[in-house]
Amino acid sequence: MSGSLLRRVRVAEVEQVAARIKRFRFVDIDNAPLSEFSGGSHISVVMHSGDRMMRNPYSLMGSPTDTSSYQISVLHCGKDSRGGSQFMHENVAVGTELEISEPLNLFPPAKLAKKHVLLAGGIGITPFMSMMNDLDSLRSDFELHYGVRSLEEGAYCKYLQSRYGSRVNIYRQDQGQMIPLQTILGEQRLGSHMYVCGPKPMIDWALQTAELLGWPDENVHYEQFSAPPSGTPFIVKLAKTGREIMVKGHQSILEALEENGVDAPFLCRGGACGQCETGVIACDGYIEHNDHFLSEAERVSGKKIMICMSRIQTGSITLDL
Amino acid sequence: MTPITIKSRPVYPGLSPDLNARINLIVCDKGGAAAVSELFARAEPPFAKRSTVFVADTLSTSEMETLKKELAPAACEFLPTLSSGIGRLREVLNDAPMGLRLYAAGTEPLIGSVVQAAADYGIDHLSIRTEHRGSLMRRVQCVHCKGFIENVTTNPVTCTHCGLTLFVRDHYSRRLAAFQGVCIDAEIPGDVPPTEAIYQ
Repeated sequence: MSGSLLRRVRVAEVEQVAARIKRFRFVDIDNAPLSEFSGGSHISVVMHSGDRMMRNPYSLMGSPTDTSSYQISVLHCGKDSRGGSQFMHENVAVGTELEISEPLNLFPPAKLAKKHVLLAGGIGITPFMSMMNDLDSLRSDFELHYGVRSLEEGAYCKYLQSRYGSRVNIYRQDQGQMIPLQTILGEQRLGSHMYVCGPKPMIDWALQTAELLGWPDENVHYEQFSAPPSGTPFIVKLAKTGREIMVKGHQSILEALEENGVDAPFLCRGGACGQCETGVIACDGYIEHNDHFLSEAERVSGKKIMICMSRIQTGSITLDL
Repeated sequence: MTPITIKSRPVYPGLSPDLNARINLIVCDKGGAAAVSELFARAEPPFAKRSTVFVADTLSTSEMETLKKELAPAACEFLPTLSSGIGRLREVLNDAPMGLRLYAAGTEPLIGSVVQAAADYGIDHLSIRTEHRGSLMRRVQCVHCKGFIENVTTNPVTCTHCGLTLFVRDHYSRRLAAFQGVCIDAEIPGDVPPTEAIYQ
């Protein structure tokens, strides 16, 4: 699986860029050049916290052609989350060594678009950092609309405004400013594409507004990395080997398989790419589909599950693995 | 129907209304106009009111009058040829905003020409709603001399530019709006299977 190719890196720089956001810069452990990437790409970072292993996806922010280092930004999500962001904030410092995946792009700009309309909410700004870098060097027409809670909580506001000028529009929630989406999407030229990254309600709002204004699906793009939701423990049975593996409450099926040495397919680990689609042979519990990939019909059939995100409520599930 | 084995061979799922589109722009020929009329019947008058139909075909005055009535309350424009229809389409797309939905109904050369022109304005081919009506005739490009042969109804077909006998493949180019025609008797010149009129 290409998704399991890992590279060892060292943290070269950590900067607090907003109230709850830190920027990390990684260099190869032997200072070898890193792979080039394209705007909108992400990497996953492997984290060992106690006896737990997590791999969280983070968008790459720097210049796609700069192979000397990678930069990511991490929002401290607080105690309710699974602890990946907390680990990055509290356990990772300059000099820490980590494993990362090669870059993967599930959010590339449409190269043939006449114009790019970028909508970011909070930490959702990160994929647009590299994307704007790309679009700017291609001299593509773009505009960014970036909603932040306040200037203290919004990362890179000043940098973006000084680099891209009037193409950057910032809306401050603490001042009651809302992104005027209706107007923005209502006044674009034919051939425009919209991209949205941010909290789920914002993504839903943007997708719905675009649809109601007659934007074709092909012109609308979004990315959301959700961490696998936790739940109650259950048993996964592997049909091909007859093994039974316990999935703990805070684990995804994929993580439980990896912990037990099973090499299952994956790429994005956020329920978006479809790589980890796995056949369900039997299931005596209710499947909670937490991905953005399977169609409604596929979900209802109960024959497929995306093991990076989805789980069952209780009981056991037999997978075609 | 023969199974589709060549991925580039376009499929035309049939017209369906985008009820959210602020402008519906529909290009059709005489045969396709029937599909448009059926679309309007399914979608109720408010949809037709937001629609403009370009009928790109050679029609008599009485045919135009009949179509105008049939497609009302949509605005109708009549263009005498496919190329004048595409020219008019380009004029409109040039100043159009997002919220415009494009449709094409008729023969494959008509649909292909609409898709080809629309690409220049950043319209994804998948967002164009299409329905095939009428003749199965194809636009074919000779892969050897690169010349285009219009309204091909047989397979094989003789290239009108270089004279080679061409096998018409399902291999399609959206950029050229044409199927690819490949020399059928390259190994043994003159060894040509019987001509079949399969694209009538």
